[in-house]
Amino acid sequence: MNPPLSHEQLERARNAGSQLHHFHGGLRLRHNKKISCELPLEATPLPPRLFVPMLQHSGLSAEPTVKPGQHVFKGDQIGYYGVKEEMAVHAPTSGTVRLLTRRPISHPSGEDGLCVVIEPDGLDQWTQLDPIETWHHADPARLRQRIREAGIVGLGGAVFPTAIKVDDAHERGIHTLILNGSECEPYISCDEMLMREQPDSIVLGARILQRAIGASRTIIAIEDQMGAVDQSLKAAVMKSGADDIDIVKVTTIYPEGGEKQLIQVLTGVEVPSGGRPADLGLLCQNVATATAVAKAVVEGKPLIERIVTVTGSGIRQPRNLVARIGTPIEILVDQCGGYTEDAARLVLGGPMMGYALSSDSNPVIKAANCILVLSELEIEPPQPEMPCIRCGECARVCPALLLPQALNWQIRSQQWDEVLEYGLKDCIECGCCDFVCHSHIQLVDWFRYGKAELRSQQAERGKAEAARARFEAREARLAREKQERRQRLEQKKQDLRDQADMKKKLAESIERVQSRKDGGK
Amino acid sequence: MLNAVIAITLLGSLFGLGLGWAARKFRVESDPVVDQIDALLPQTQCGQCNFPGCRPYAEAIARGEAEINQCPPGGEAGIKALADLLGVEAKPLNPDNGEEKGKTVAVIDEPACIGCTLCIQACPVDAIVGAAKLMHTVIESECTGCELCLPPCPVDCIDLVEPKRNLADWQWPRPVVQYSKNLSAGESP
Repeated sequence: MNPPLSHEQLERARNAGSQLHHFHGGLRLRHNKKISCELPLEATPLPPRLFVPMLQHSGLSAEPTVKPGQHVFKGDQIGYYGVKEEMAVHAPTSGTVRLLTRRPISHPSGEDGLCVVIEPDGLDQWTQLDPIETWHHADPARLRQRIREAGIVGLGGAVFPTAIKVDDAHERGIHTLILNGSECEPYISCDEMLMREQPDSIVLGARILQRAIGASRTIIAIEDQMGAVDQSLKAAVMKSGADDIDIVKVTTIYPEGGEKQLIQVLTGVEVPSGGRPADLGLLCQNVATATAVAKAVVEGKPLIERIVTVTGSGIRQPRNLVARIGTPIEILVDQCGGYTEDAARLVLGGPMMGYALSSDSNPVIKAANCILVLSELEIEPPQPEMPCIRCGECARVCPALLLPQALNWQIRSQQWDEVLEYGLKDCIECGCCDFVCHSHIQLVDWFRYGKAELRSQQAERGKAEAARARFEAREARLAREKQERRQRLEQKKQDLRDQADMKKKLAESIERVQSRKDGGK
Repeated sequence: MLNAVIAITLLGSLFGLGLGWAARKFRVESDPVVDQIDALLPQTQCGQCNFPGCRPYAEAIARGEAEINQCPPGGEAGIKALADLLGVEAKPLNPDNGEEKGKTVAVIDEPACIGCTLCIQACPVDAIVGAAKLMHTVIESECTGCELCLPPCPVDCIDLVEPKRNLADWQWPRPVVQYSKNLSAGESP
């Protein structure tokens, strides 16, 4: 277990943003963001069919709540998991549900998953909306409930249900809300465009979130290379009249947009291993998540669309689009002028953390911040792996202060206790170690595998525990039943004995009376 | 002289009382080694080790009456963990006890089930629900795949199948490494 945070550390967390610090390692990468920032945001047209996956993030898949042939309005709930409405999925437009089918869902496994297929009716008609216009006075619990119902997830890429984070933050007491606008991965510019074009909505979302969790101030962290963003956000803050929102510029070093890295930059304190920002009294949310919150509260609209960067040298006219969840990626690519001749690979996410998709018929999902099409020239052919020469480059760039080369050996030789001890769980899979490895070792792939293995081991232990509990409960029950049966038997025997006694006594007394009668004669 | 004798006797009886009290107060109900062994066993309660459940097997190992290589569901990994715990050499699984198989769960062919309740009685973890002359079914999430329900079924309507794969449970696979041709085969860092 980690030692408790010192008073000084907590004080520094309280003064987050007043002074900038550094995190260990990281890389300065070519930005490649400008190409997709030339054109303004544009909405994608309604596609002929929308394919809304029920599995939108790690964890459980939602269950569809609609049937084929059913008409839905835009914003109607079409799927949810159990009672947890943070898993809710909503109809991105009005139309008819045509099919519930398994098809590609933009999942890293490349496997098919359940989708609700909606044929739009072209009217794009909203369902009955329930805006909370008086959010200034609304009960924070009601605001949090709204975030839950609207199916909002972290739009930075990790798609963790926002409702869970917000509820936890509220329970533990948070003083500072950090809005993360420092999208550090090359090529991705959806947050930058959002901050340029809709700064009011971000500020509104910040104020609502602040009220929902009871934080006293907000920091919006942006990168120093995002030219005009600073001005537009400042203007928006001025306009809103809020005096508790600060805008902080952080230096562009990949991966400073990672939650823990950003917090380290802003406070100089590391989030403890296995801990959460809430330990420091902080809550970190993506700027796009804040706009989703603003929409959900002030307009009553659930999360049904997001900004997607369509970029890369394989795209004719890179730009940012506002796309409905479930829109096939080919529609977005067409809107950007289609592919260039040398387009070679389709990636969902950025060049560091994204994964390749097999086809552009995959739908846009809540996690889809970027669609990157790389050309032949940009893809390095997979290099054969060479032995590790222990140069230590990977450890030098690791932002989580891990020893990737040691972890690599341990995972390969299945030394899971050591893997845990060396902190694999703190790996954020940023890919820095992979990027600098001279021996072309696929370190991140190994770390992902190692994490998966640790998770399944833990799950198995949990299952064994549950089986033991059931077995013991059964044994106890059987023993109890046996005992009860024995007692019943005893009781019956006793009863019989009692009855026999009684009969005997009766017979005796009858005999006595009889004999007396006889004697009396 | 007398003083010394009295003092020592007094001290002795005091310590004796103290120890006696501690023995009662801090009494350990069960053998901690058995608990540790039991925690490493897969808790399928399948009996393939020739003991009636995981705990009896753990007790037998602790007493030195059983080998550590008699648990097929635990497999090689389980044997290794036991060897580490007990400080003995790991050995291959005893083939007399069975062989290591992938995880399976029991499924009842429901139309064929006659509702005899024999499988319910056989299931060590209460993972089968049903009542006399009514259809039975297996709770998939609780089934350990121990196969104990197979023999008693008079109509042979229970099958062991691979558990349904759920995309939400998908995990990153072990990377396939392509080594440089310049290296001798099989070399890995």
